[in-house]
Amino acid sequence: MTDQAGFPLPSQIADVPGAENWRSMYQYFTRFQPEDDKRFWFYNSMHFPEPVPAFDTITSEVPYEAIGANTARLFVLPTTLGIEHRIVNGRVYITANPVLDPAEIERRAAEFGPRAGHYFENWNSLYEGWKERVRALITEIESIQVADLPEWESAETVFGAVGVASNHYLLENFHRVIALYSKMWHHHTEMLQLGYGAYVVFFQFCQQAFPEISDQTVGRMVAGIDVIMYRPDDELKGLAGLAVDLGVDDLFTDGCDAASVLAALETRGDAGAQWLDAFAKARDPWFHVSTGDGFYHHHLSWNDDLTVPFAALPGYVAAVRAGGIPPRPTAQLVAERERIASEYRALLPTDDEKAAFDQMLGLCRLVFPFVEDHKFYCEHWFTTRFFQKVRAFGGVLARAGLLTEADDVFHLHHTEVDQALTDVALAWAAGTPSPGARHWQPIIAERKRMLSALKDWSPPAALGPVPEALNDPAVRMLWGITAERIESWMNPDPDEVVGVAASSGVVEGTARVLFDVSEIAQLREGEILVVPVTAPSWAPVFSKIKAAVSDIGGSMSHAAIVAREYGMPAVVGCGDATKRIRTGDRVRVDGDRGTVRVLQG
Amino acid sequence: MAFVVTLAAAASAETARGAVGGKAASLVELTGAGVAVPPGYAVTVSAFAAAMTRADPGGALRASIEALDGADLAGIAAAAARLRSAVASAPLPDEVAAAITAAYAALGGATDATAGNAAVAGDADVAVRSSATVEDSAEASFAGLQDTYLGVSGASSVLEHVRRCWASLYNDESVAYRRRLGLPEAGVAMAVVVQRMVAPRAAGVMFTRSPVTGDRSVIAIEGTWGLGSALVAGDVTPDSWVISKVTGEITSRRVSAKTKTHFHKKNGPPALLAQLTPPTRQGSPAPAAGTPGELGWVTVGDTPAELRDEPCLTDDEIRALAAVARRVEAHYGAPQDIEWALLDAPSGTPAESRVVLLQSRPETVWASRKVTPAATPKPRAADHVLALFGKPL
Repeated sequence: MTDQAGFPLPSQIADVPGAENWRSMYQYFTRFQPEDDKRFWFYNSMHFPEPVPAFDTITSEVPYEAIGANTARLFVLPTTLGIEHRIVNGRVYITANPVLDPAEIERRAAEFGPRAGHYFENWNSLYEGWKERVRALITEIESIQVADLPEWESAETVFGAVGVASNHYLLENFHRVIALYSKMWHHHTEMLQLGYGAYVVFFQFCQQAFPEISDQTVGRMVAGIDVIMYRPDDELKGLAGLAVDLGVDDLFTDGCDAASVLAALETRGDAGAQWLDAFAKARDPWFHVSTGDGFYHHHLSWNDDLTVPFAALPGYVAAVRAGGIPPRPTAQLVAERERIASEYRALLPTDDEKAAFDQMLGLCRLVFPFVEDHKFYCEHWFTTRFFQKVRAFGGVLARAGLLTEADDVFHLHHTEVDQALTDVALAWAAGTPSPGARHWQPIIAERKRMLSALKDWSPPAALGPVPEALNDPAVRMLWGITAERIESWMNPDPDEVVGVAASSGVVEGTARVLFDVSEIAQLREGEILVVPVTAPSWAPVFSKIKAAVSDIGGSMSHAAIVAREYGMPAVVGCGDATKRIRTGDRVRVDGDRGTVRVLQG
Repeated sequence: MAFVVTLAAAASAETARGAVGGKAASLVELTGAGVAVPPGYAVTVSAFAAAMTRADPGGALRASIEALDGADLAGIAAAAARLRSAVASAPLPDEVAAAITAAYAALGGATDATAGNAAVAGDADVAVRSSATVEDSAEASFAGLQDTYLGVSGASSVLEHVRRCWASLYNDESVAYRRRLGLPEAGVAMAVVVQRMVAPRAAGVMFTRSPVTGDRSVIAIEGTWGLGSALVAGDVTPDSWVISKVTGEITSRRVSAKTKTHFHKKNGPPALLAQLTPPTRQGSPAPAAGTPGELGWVTVGDTPAELRDEPCLTDDEIRALAAVARRVEAHYGAPQDIEWALLDAPSGTPAESRVVLLQSRPETVWASRKVTPAATPKPRAADHVLALFGKPL
């Protein structure tokens, strides 16, 4: 450890005025402890770019339970335990927990080898099983009924000798929803650390053999072509083509509103019915794609909010009319990937290195489908379903008079929701009014005020002393946090935003800063998109923009992969691009150097 | 053997090396590989031998050198000076002078696109460069000791500078070097390259591996406006780029303030540099012997303000240079250190056809380093990952 003047200590962070009571929103175990001042923490702006509402702490609490269990206890990674998280002023800071004692590392390594080896040796069949297990979780959470408590139980409950009343199921079902979310996260991490490990060894090898190679070029050798994340967008293109074929394309005009278009299609006879049928088929599951990355309750799916698909459809319809949308040139992409890999391989000086290259690249390609596709199953499909269920419980609480609206449920921690539901179950059983409104509504009102005050706080990129090495594979691959990034956080150039060079090329243009995918209607052709993070649901915008910039992401993040396919410059993982760049700014995006320069504010 | 052979006509590099010296042989080989070099000819070792029969009849002077001890620097200096003076003053055999003059006339009369705007009928401006044949592989050691004269014009001046190149074989340093190694003077000969001057828009050097990291997957290019001598002489900080051989991506760009530009006085600056401000310094047409790297008729001017901070190459030109570099590297089968020039040409001319190379030689710095392999194969692919997680942070 070196003493760095660069970052404040956790204990030096002052409360945000107007949100002094922020601690009451969060669980005691998320608070910085005095001894935490000795450790290095960085702001997980990738997953938590805004203050976290009380319920949404479940998206840090549960994942870190699962990740740590996976690395520390399941696979017994020799050099690392879990990731710890803390919340301050509504923001999530994390740190990896290394194992430093050589004897302990050796003891763990003996366990780790066979366990991890088993997964790598059986990767494909385990991944097939994994998909079945996660699909079963999705089926189960979709099947959970969330209903208001009836005045009386149905007669069948009695004649069928069920013997258990609805207030029990209200609580049991809520517990199941939470339990399923936890199980999903355990599966989410089941294969992920190992997958990242495969990437990291290949990246490290390439960087040693070719010191000037960029992460994005290594990424191009690895990237799979047939990954699920292209599917939602492909479905939209298909629907656009169908609209033209069926002659209902006149309904898809710029700025069209989903509800009116769908209503109009009802009146278009057979053609309208055919399109609606195809639309319904595409929606399940492909519209269960989050407009964010599933870490906030307001990351709605396309199904929750049809604004996104209907903002993209008119453009696709116009493209179809203008001669059709060319399919992704998959054969060409594969050929290019193979050419790049074989040329680097040929440049390796020894046969040994060529053999090692083959092993590592092979391993990356083995794990790639899981690493890429797990996001659709977990963060998108399952998670948007999960938030729908929680919102439904919010509806029950609102109709029972405890909340003013269903979405207020997200201002309660899940253990508090449990309390509120218990209150409803008791009141229903006793036949008395619940005291819940009096208790919860002032709390929720205060939390809303605090969240809005916390929104304006600029969290430091990191806290505490900077460690000499940052070696956690997940941190490096996904968050793009390296020693160089930390250096740039500490010595910023006022006009330059520095991130990860994710897709090469240099362009200048007008910035469009969007915080949520629901705002994409504002986007104009040829603008440079600046966003907190991109997820598959953003795919439709890539056909419109000139370059992509994000606060969050590494060289294998979604924005990076898509930008490389579109051949447009991208700089990801900038940390604070959405704060420092304003819509209308003239900017130069340098995807080779990983910088964005504001030329004219 | 002929006294003069044109670069394009020389049969093959291997047979040429002994007759025309290393530098000319390399130019011949580049031509054979389909790479453009400025047109020119080599004055062969036969011409040198014929001239030496006049300058040192019977080889007495050379024998006196061979008798000296490598540590006898005063003796070497005296003997070398006697030989240089003899080479400079002895009349040339008529056949040798006639052959050189005729080849020069042929060069001046030719019009060839690769000569750019230096293509002037009559007295062509040429570069006269020594091209030594050496018995051992220490050619690199001689590189800095041999002379290049830029902007030579007129038959008599060409003859004079050819003599200077011959005389440079008897620089004190070169002689001392041979004495230390005990090389026989009889085995040493000097050929000379006479090439038409180019008036490049930009010029510089490139390496087919990173000079900084040794990375073989990239080409590092440095360049400046006008003649590359500005860069070699250290008069400017060049622009520099790194381009990937594999993806063609330009992964690094550094554009510098190129305050000075070198150009050939007589040709004047290339069209692009027409607004160049008046020269601030003028090179000597006849550099003193033993001062390697003198520039001849090269003029140094202030780079116009509007060009100073502009990159001297477009992305297309960078890619064209990289393509040529890859071809040369593939031809030699080893990383190369290349001097290049980019000619002015009518717009629409493909960048690659405007590239001429002045020299290519094997990269020596990284080639001589011992590199540990980045990785070796393991019993199972997954063992690489197991090793990664097993490594302490």
